[in-house]
Amino acid sequence: MLRKLANYLILVTLAASLSYFIAGLSLHPQANYEGRNPPLAKSTITKTLDDVNMNPDTPIVSRFGTWANGVVHGDLGKNIDGAPVNDEVGRRLGVSTRLLLLATLLGSIGGVALGTVGAIKQYKFFDRASTLASFFILAMPTFVLGLFLKLLTMKFLGAGTIHFTGETDPEFAGRWDFAALGNRAEHMLLPGLTLILIQVALYSRYQRSTMLDVLGSDFLRTARAKGLKRRAALVKHGLRTAILPVVPLLVFNIVLLFIGATFTEKTFGWHGMGELLVNSITRNDVNSTAAVALFTAVLVLIAGLLSDLLYAALDPRVRVR
Amino acid sequence: MSANQPAPSNTSAAGGEAVAALATATAGTPPLPGAAKSATKRTSRGRLTLRRFTRNRLALVGVGIIVLLFLAAYIGPMFSKYDYKFHDYLAFTQPPSADHWWGTNQGGQDLFALTMRGLQKSLVIGLLVGVISTLVASVVGAFAAYYGSWMDKTLTWGVDLLLVLPSFLIIAVLSPLFRNTSWLIFVVLLAAFSWMITARVVRSMTMTLKDREFVKAAKYMGVPGPVIIFRHILPNMASLLIIDTVIQIGAAVIGESGLSFFGFGVQPPDVSLGTIIAENTTNAPTFQWLFYFPAGCLVLIGIAVSFIGDGLRDAFDPNSSGAKSKGRRRKALAERNEAHLRASMPNKSNDVLSAS
Repeated sequence: MLRKLANYLILVTLAASLSYFIAGLSLHPQANYEGRNPPLAKSTITKTLDDVNMNPDTPIVSRFGTWANGVVHGDLGKNIDGAPVNDEVGRRLGVSTRLLLLATLLGSIGGVALGTVGAIKQYKFFDRASTLASFFILAMPTFVLGLFLKLLTMKFLGAGTIHFTGETDPEFAGRWDFAALGNRAEHMLLPGLTLILIQVALYSRYQRSTMLDVLGSDFLRTARAKGLKRRAALVKHGLRTAILPVVPLLVFNIVLLFIGATFTEKTFGWHGMGELLVNSITRNDVNSTAAVALFTAVLVLIAGLLSDLLYAALDPRVRVR
Repeated sequence: MSANQPAPSNTSAAGGEAVAALATATAGTPPLPGAAKSATKRTSRGRLTLRRFTRNRLALVGVGIIVLLFLAAYIGPMFSKYDYKFHDYLAFTQPPSADHWWGTNQGGQDLFALTMRGLQKSLVIGLLVGVISTLVASVVGAFAAYYGSWMDKTLTWGVDLLLVLPSFLIIAVLSPLFRNTSWLIFVVLLAAFSWMITARVVRSMTMTLKDREFVKAAKYMGVPGPVIIFRHILPNMASLLIIDTVIQIGAAVIGESGLSFFGFGVQPPDVSLGTIIAENTTNAPTFQWLFYFPAGCLVLIGIAVSFIGDGLRDAFDPNSSGAKSKGRRRKALAERNEAHLRASMPNKSNDVLSAS
């Protein structure tokens, strides 16, 4: 276990450093200042870039040294506007969590439930319909699904019935009273639905196949034979076994969603981590990009450890050494 | 077949479990060395597979859709009056009509011509990425497992590193590279980040294959390693590789459209389905055809690819239910075996490329 952790840590460090080098070498932060009217003095640009440690004239290795030193001390550097990246990441993390927590929970539970029911009723109407629907949803890129939902609500409910841009209406921003909560829920509806649909479609496919595998097994027949009701046998013995292979997938997807909801956040104007990923690159913001890369690598590490632990907890055959 | 599934390992990084399921699934089908050569006597494996495939109606629909899309993308523009670069200054954002079949966009470009051009790009990129990444995956996976020791350690470690790297971010950061050059670099980058999971599967399958008699025989006869890999090991997992290529094509089309949607993919003046949808996002609520036509094409590709992949999987596995003729299909036994194969369904979700 410890050796595995060490290996993970090395991988994360390497991945983050590599990302920093790639970002530092191919992004051009000076582009934000050049070509302005009236033009900025060269010395001003240099000074600004030096302040945020993004001056392309400084050798990349020494820039990396400054950045890495900061990261080790818990400081992700400054973004292109000179504000600390830490604050921005903290703020955006909150947004992403608010968007994703509920959606992910519902999506995972829904996916497992749908897959299980689909397997039990294999080739019945419900199974066929849900299979076809999930094929359809999985064939859509997220931004297409998001836009599609937007257009559908506009068509059938009229434009402006459901407010879906951003986290809240401007007048409710930052408020948490009763009216604001309602407004937040309204804004959550479409992006949440997008995420839930995709996750349900994906997980249900896996859950259906593992469940089918279990349904014909001897131990399930034994469970029935010793007198368990069909439902109890299916849930206690069937579902618990069938969910095992799906666990790593669930964990990885749930953890990585924090960074992977890029399309949903962009389509619906939520200012979360996924949006930072795109914005930092379009703005040539080296430090923010590197922060996102580091964050992703850490998430992968957490997901890997978490799925191992969960697997061990659920499967009596596996013992963690 | 379900009997020889090994106890699940806990050594899974990204989605290792699903991968293991796929590995055991295909490893379970008895490999037929040299099956292609003995085609003359009885029904060859290829023909058998084809027959099973054509029995699956959805798979045929998938093939039909793909063929139609290809035809439309390459022959359709010949019948269209307008070039995709041409701006019709007399028709801005016109709804579909006899003149402009799918309407025009804000700049007066013919949406049909644009979409067909985008479709060409998306299909070609998808095909290339699917083929390249499967090739790389099979070579890396097979070499790692066949040679073992340091080769295995380095290659698996490289795979792990690439899995940890945020692929979407790296490709996006590197996008200025292909802004002024060719979209082929984009293809290479996409392929470079989509082969790792397949490589793991190939590796675990080679592990079991390399102890088989026919491999050992070849080895003791002095056949060099690379030849054994390409002539004896990889052909024995042809079914996996073919299915994987199809799945990769679908994943690549979606990944490509996602990157292009943000402007990190295919660069103007060229278009792909992703850039067309991105360009019209703000106009979509008012001028809905601008969204529905290109998005529809994209979804059609995705659906067709998953139908074909599903059909292939059934056709390659002799025990699966889809392979049986209709009368025998209801036999409950077959349903069990099908499960393994389904487990490998849309396997690419761990890839940041296909992230939601």
